[in-house]
Amino acid sequence: MMEIGLTHYLVLSTLLFGIGLVGVMRRTNLLMLFFATEILLNSVNIAFAAISHYYNDFAGQMFAFFVIAIAASEVAVGLGLLIVWYKRTGNIDLMTMTSMKG
Amino acid sequence: MFEAIAFYTFAVLTTVMFYITVTTKQALYALTALAAGMIFISAFFFILGADFLGAIQIIVYTGAVMALYAFGMMFFDTTRELKEKNSSNFIVFGLSGLAALMIVLIFAAPIVSTNMAIAYPIDPTIGNSQAVGMVLFTKYLVPFEVAAIMLLVAMIAGIVLAGKKMDQSLTLMQDDDIVIHEEANKKVVI
Repeated sequence: MMEIGLTHYLVLSTLLFGIGLVGVMRRTNLLMLFFATEILLNSVNIAFAAISHYYNDFAGQMFAFFVIAIAASEVAVGLGLLIVWYKRTGNIDLMTMTSMKG
Repeated sequence: MFEAIAFYTFAVLTTVMFYITVTTKQALYALTALAAGMIFISAFFFILGADFLGAIQIIVYTGAVMALYAFGMMFFDTTRELKEKNSSNFIVFGLSGLAALMIVLIFAAPIVSTNMAIAYPIDPTIGNSQAVGMVLFTKYLVPFEVAAIMLLVAMIAGIVLAGKKMDQSLTLMQDDDIVIHEEANKKVVI
């Protein structure tokens, strides 16, 4: 209990990933959906850093860096698209985005 | 001992902050709780000896991403209460089943990987930032450059998408001008 091992970090990472998954499933506001995806990416970063520490391997930290870079560019493009959509329709509700419905 | 205290403290704080983020109905509370959670996550990186990753986490997430969200929220009507959806049981249970399967796989992974080969071993005699630089600029040079090009593409895309009609200042116009301007804007399909 007092000795923190790899399993502790993996359990925490899974818990945070579950919270993010619940957010993705429940939210209809697209901005809140972006927040939930940030939680998903961050929980995976914890797992990468923990595995990198406990296996003495740098590859985990490197992958965490690239995940952060992906997240930053995703936010830039996503928010740009969101602003364009809000200017066109006046809301960012997920239920109104049915223009691709067959 | 202190590692355990720090781990449990920050684990509880991070979980609570992210729980607030996904359950609150106010967008501003969600943003603030998310920023706090990001800061608390960097504590795990410092505990794990990944100092450079922790600093990057604070700078990029709470410095850049959160500021971007805060500026982006100025465009949206965030004072309104958010609606939640109750999606069908099949989707929720299917995704929960997948998540449970993933938990089992994650717990089984260390058992399987006992004979995993170490690609880039951590040298304890040199500092973390120096070691990160040495690995990043030798073994991961090509992915690093590709990530740089991807960030450039994302920056240009953000400017092009969000920067439309930024040349007209609504604050310098008279009130009736703004009404006319908005009426004219409604007819324009972007």
